[in-house]
Amino acid sequence: MSTTKLKSVDVVVVGSGVVGSIMSMELASAGLSVMCLERGKQFDIDTDFQKPNVYDELKFDRHSDIFQNLARDTITFRNNNAQTALPMREMGAFKPGEMVGGTSAHWGGNARRFLPHDFEMRSRIEQRYGASFIPEDCNLQDWGVTWDEIEPYYDQFEEIFGVGGKAGNLDGEIQAGGNPHEGPRSREYPNPPTRRTHEGALFADAVSSLGYVPFQGPTAAMTQDYRNLYRVQMLECARGGFCSSHVCAQGAKANPLTSVLPALARQPTFELRPLCNVLRVNMDSTGKKATGVTYIDARGNEVEQPASIVVLGAYCFSNVRLLLLSGIGTPYDPLTGKGVVGRNYAYQQGGSVQVFFDDREFNPFIGGGQINTSIDEFNGDLIDRGPLGFIGGAYINTATSGATPIKGKRVPPGTPRWGGEWKKAVAHNYRRNMSISIHASCLSYQHNYLDLDPTYKDAYGLPLLRMTFDWNDNDLRMMKYLNERSTEIGRALNGSRPGGTKKGTQFGITGYQSTHNVGGAVMGSDPSTSVVNKYLQSWDVSNLFVVGGSAFPQNPANGPTETIGMLACWAADAIKDYVRNPGSLV
Amino acid sequence: MTLRDNPIAASYLYLLEPEIRFLEAAVEHLIPTDELGPGARDAGVVVYIDRQLAGSWGVHGRQYRGGPWMEGTPQQGYQSRFTPQEVYRIAIREINQHCKAEFDRPFAQIAHDRQLRLLEQLEKDEIALPSLSSKFFFDLLWRNTEEGYFADPLYGGNRDKVGWKLLGFPGVPSGQYRELVTSSEPYHAEPVSVLDVQTGNVPVDAEGFPKHVIIKRISDKES
Repeated sequence: MSTTKLKSVDVVVVGSGVVGSIMSMELASAGLSVMCLERGKQFDIDTDFQKPNVYDELKFDRHSDIFQNLARDTITFRNNNAQTALPMREMGAFKPGEMVGGTSAHWGGNARRFLPHDFEMRSRIEQRYGASFIPEDCNLQDWGVTWDEIEPYYDQFEEIFGVGGKAGNLDGEIQAGGNPHEGPRSREYPNPPTRRTHEGALFADAVSSLGYVPFQGPTAAMTQDYRNLYRVQMLECARGGFCSSHVCAQGAKANPLTSVLPALARQPTFELRPLCNVLRVNMDSTGKKATGVTYIDARGNEVEQPASIVVLGAYCFSNVRLLLLSGIGTPYDPLTGKGVVGRNYAYQQGGSVQVFFDDREFNPFIGGGQINTSIDEFNGDLIDRGPLGFIGGAYINTATSGATPIKGKRVPPGTPRWGGEWKKAVAHNYRRNMSISIHASCLSYQHNYLDLDPTYKDAYGLPLLRMTFDWNDNDLRMMKYLNERSTEIGRALNGSRPGGTKKGTQFGITGYQSTHNVGGAVMGSDPSTSVVNKYLQSWDVSNLFVVGGSAFPQNPANGPTETIGMLACWAADAIKDYVRNPGSLV
Repeated sequence: MTLRDNPIAASYLYLLEPEIRFLEAAVEHLIPTDELGPGARDAGVVVYIDRQLAGSWGVHGRQYRGGPWMEGTPQQGYQSRFTPQEVYRIAIREINQHCKAEFDRPFAQIAHDRQLRLLEQLEKDEIALPSLSSKFFFDLLWRNTEEGYFADPLYGGNRDKVGWKLLGFPGVPSGQYRELVTSSEPYHAEPVSVLDVQTGNVPVDAEGFPKHVIIKRISDKES
């Protein structure tokens, strides 16, 4: 196939999600020419996600065309090295996106910062408990950045995504009504917190009686009409549910389509090309410098886009796969522990305790916009882990996210799976239960990693990414403890009958869990254990930046999107420095 | 509008007569008609399954179809070489053959309690079908039955919104939810479907939200 070579640009950005859009906006508004390449379709927020059609659970949750088209490209999966990885043939545990706007176009809107602890987890755990407390096979790592460095970039991201919440810690001063355990904030949230639901009020009373401090979890669904940092207007959330898996009809959920792209479209030095599938990053003869990318365009032509700077800003899987396909960095070998690309893949632990009431009826279909009442006492390292014997933590909450009729029904344990008894149980319990959810960390281990599959190929004949992953004993001990605490909270809800939902000890890719896949191209201060430095700049190729969930050395509890957005703001500033003074930033 | 007025709503694009008979009998065991309301058969779940099989999902249009095909572990999910269209066609034929061998007639014509027992055996993978796992077929059938009973009536199931009435789910949200979000009063409204709004059966407000009709309940009237 002959390749068309285009005119060079300053920056080529791969992906148009939370990273690609913010990165493009920051760099284009600094005067750089930016070409953004997106594998998915262009959607028009004003016509493509309108009422009433958006309120269609079957379409958006089960048969969505805004998720990755697995017919063209998927991953393969196995629990361990002894197995043969097989392709993920249908969507299950997670739903990577495929559209202009990326995966975050259909996120739930949970906009939590990580804790200061999370960025220095190895150092702090070693300091408190000694290095031997960390499981031998756990690749626990610091991120190479400190809270004070990155806090302004969390602040910037929150001004873009219009996050609503109540500060619990302003410059070290604990604030009533907020989360007292959060990292110090330089200022209040741009929007007010959500209002507490009936379920939230019950949860707040129960956790207060146990000595915990309830707060409204921060959200990126607008709690009032809001004009953001880029002068884009968003409307207040209508609390009609249909958030996660959906694009908001109200335009109330911040995402690249509602918060960034309208402003980006007005930048004269910016161009977006949808339906372009990037195959590889091209390198010069020294192997130290990227010269651009090669992609297949919408008509099937192979195109080379030269650029002075390459930014991989795609989903975790795509960033890692593009590095492997381009031969950049040493692939990780789990047998020797050597190599870095694909190392420290992590997912997200979680579970829930359902609580059933005979004397209460809720409105579980009202809500969404990430309305939740939470506690943070089990997050980070607040409670002494020494006697508990595990590392990691969780926030625990009750969320009213708009229970939909196919997937939002809960029945007490022991209910048959189908038939007349099941029908009676769903009829009785759909409006008479609430859920106490555990959103927990997932650490990185030597045997959990990403590499290229030896057998299965995508539509272009390139190897699929292979995931080798299973839960680890440390994380399962953590979940046992957190389940016990959540059951206690359930018992403290008056007149209730808690029923646990047990998660298997083996990870499986069926049944939705979360789209929080991270790691594989992690940031850090040591080139032997990280792919990029603290500025998300490749150790091997100084004009290549790899930004996204792929940079997380392990996955803290709080959900990745807010931190991915923060890293985009942080890395964009670093790239502006790089333009002034090219070379390694460290 | 009745089905007589709209024959398209009771027509079949993919399923064949013996398959329709099989599925009508099977889904009625999965979600039976009882004092709470119609079961899956009368809710149109077989029409729903037919539409799904005839569409993109039926041929796994957005699913990975590359070989080699291997059995895999339960953790690895769907690994069948068959598309959903093929799964239904092959499994129903083979289950009917099993029934004819055992009971001298196809599934739809055997006694009710025998049908129930057979479905339980399929779920437990206790029936050895020549071409695929009986549990694999059962799980797919149950997934689709639940979808058809509770998805928007747009797709041919959940006829007359029986699934939503069973739950007390009001369907497409009202513009009042903004204010109701903190309420501890149970909210009951006649369910509104996407189909209702598309066809103009239910009016919408200036924002495009449908106007809900509140259901007054006996306890409300007393208070």
